[in-house]
Amino acid sequence: MTVQTDDRYKMVEKTMKKLGYDRSALIETLHTAQETFGYLENETLKFIARRLKLPFSKVYGVATFYHFFRLKPKGKHTAVVCMGTACYIKGATAILESLESRFGIQAGETTKDALISVLTARCVGSCSLAPVAIYDNKSVGKLTLEEAEKTIEELIK
Amino acid sequence: MIQSIEDLEEIASKKKCTEQSCKDELRVCIGSSCAALGSQEMQKSLAKKVKEKELQGKCKVKGVGCNGLCSAAIMVSSYDKANKKEVIYGGIETADEDRLLALIENDIELKDKLLDTNTPFFTQQKKIVLENAGIVDPNDIDDYIAHDGYRALFTALEEMSSNEVIEEVKTSGLRGRGGGGYPTGLKWETVLKVESDQKYIVCNGDEGDPGAFMDRAVMEADPHKILEGMAIAGFACGASKGFIYVRAEYPIAVEKLNKAITQARKKGILGNRIANSNFDFDIEIRLGGGAFVCGEATALVASIEGNRGNPRQKPPHLSDYGLWGEPTILNNVETFANIAPIIRNGGAWYKAIGTEKSSGTKVFALTGHIQNTGLVEVPMGISLRDLIEKIGGGVPNGGKLKAIQTGGPSGGCIPENMLDIPVDYDSLKAVGSIMGSGGLIVMDESSNMVEVARFFMDFSKSESCGKCVPCRVGTTELTELLDKFIKKEAKQSDFDLLKEMCVVVQDASLCGLGQTAPNPVLSTIKYFEKEYLEGIKND
Repeated sequence: MTVQTDDRYKMVEKTMKKLGYDRSALIETLHTAQETFGYLENETLKFIARRLKLPFSKVYGVATFYHFFRLKPKGKHTAVVCMGTACYIKGATAILESLESRFGIQAGETTKDALISVLTARCVGSCSLAPVAIYDNKSVGKLTLEEAEKTIEELIK
Repeated sequence: MIQSIEDLEEIASKKKCTEQSCKDELRVCIGSSCAALGSQEMQKSLAKKVKEKELQGKCKVKGVGCNGLCSAAIMVSSYDKANKKEVIYGGIETADEDRLLALIENDIELKDKLLDTNTPFFTQQKKIVLENAGIVDPNDIDDYIAHDGYRALFTALEEMSSNEVIEEVKTSGLRGRGGGGYPTGLKWETVLKVESDQKYIVCNGDEGDPGAFMDRAVMEADPHKILEGMAIAGFACGASKGFIYVRAEYPIAVEKLNKAITQARKKGILGNRIANSNFDFDIEIRLGGGAFVCGEATALVASIEGNRGNPRQKPPHLSDYGLWGEPTILNNVETFANIAPIIRNGGAWYKAIGTEKSSGTKVFALTGHIQNTGLVEVPMGISLRDLIEKIGGGVPNGGKLKAIQTGGPSGGCIPENMLDIPVDYDSLKAVGSIMGSGGLIVMDESSNMVEVARFFMDFSKSESCGKCVPCRVGTTELTELLDKFIKKEAKQSDFDLLKEMCVVVQDASLCGLGQTAPNPVLSTIKYFEKEYLEGIKND
């Protein structure tokens, strides 16, 4: 699909237009692009660079600076382990380690078959439910290691 | 369009009239913790059931912001308007919905879910910032107006001059709630004095500190209050444009703020010639990208401008050279939330709360090994022990308190035996911690302090923007050194190096992130040196 025919680019274009194609629109535009495409591939970044009249290096620099932006697609499922302080002292590390060893990947990576991405979050703000993990957008709180292991098997079933 | 205080009063009384046709309110908390357990679905389902049973005349189901006691999620309260009495229920599940209906219909209480509001958690709090949390529907501007909303803004516009507004804020003694504690009135006065055609008001809602969720709760529960505070700041300093910089990880907060801005524009509270005056003010939202360093003023400004969030050398300060080079006021969410009550009740009223040098209240997010996790707002000067043991309910399951941590990665640990100090900017600083934005993590005996220090150092390491060497390299080296202690492979010379490097990183880093990153290590060395010494291998 080319830029002209892909409707998703229209969404991105809309954000830039709303902000007057000003260079300060870059981060907002990247947010829209990620929301629409799921992640930021080079083609998208180049498109944004062209439209905002910014060097590609600048766009790439900004996209890689912020943790929120993903340059690679996510897996079919995601498991986000919150590593905020409250979750940390209540044992989030063990949950993360069990996920990493279960799938043989490190936090932030996706399995080769694109089945699952194991991610971490700095703090999801549900500290009272610590430790928390988010499985495909569903938060599960007060996790024990056993529950975490069980939930993940159900998720990928 | 609202053009005067009378218009506000009309809306408020209309709102109260329509509300009085319903005897009671059922308030469902839709704050983050409750929402994670499905409270939004519960609110919808309850509203539907009330409609099916034709109970609308008797009760209104309303979604409200965080009530504070997140450990009792999902929280639902019933409010009896005639007697102004609120009964709070905690730990409500989907299965309890029918019992809630029975409560509305026949006043059958859910005795087993009843929360005792005569406990210190409820009685010892003083709510100013969170006065509307758990009461006002964040999606409804009229509800905010019915609770004195926008009255302060219109009072300022109709009856006060810029200087008078700033005087009130100065009298109140309000200090920046983001952690630094710089007097807000002084900051505003500096910007007022700078001559410029364009000035900006920026609200920092990029709460990146792990373990802190106060600002999130305020944004989700009472978004209009932030808009009002910013508009007053705009009037006081002659700025016509404001930006709220919010974490993209807070989608509910973004949604509520966006909705609030749209509603305020429609009512003429934001826009041109507000209240028929010459004052124009509008607010836009900018999303953060999950970079902790963007909590630093110059980095935040760089990020709004669409750049990498790299801090720069100060001076010039933002009051001279801020957003796009123009004079800018940057305050934290909680600071702005204090403004409307101060203008409404007067600076002297605020000054009388708290202590001499730290007036007012502070919101804390209590987490970790503590009974009542959640949000609390207490007057400054309360002792840490009261905060933890009385309001927080102490360590659960008979555990023993070891230390508390304030200020996140920039703060420090305070051991149990020092808990009698009062909560204020200066006392916390004197013991090697900081007030910070309000995250308060309680740790029991099972916590290893070296590991806690390493956790924060690892955080600072990955959040360092990399611009200056002392921070970029220093935090990496410090993390590696701490690892040696955890593996019990450190030498005595490593301990000396650790201490020395902390001082170097503090002294030589460009911005606050690096300058404060060693604090967790230094404070744990100070109070828990033994645990470091245990990590040293004796050959």
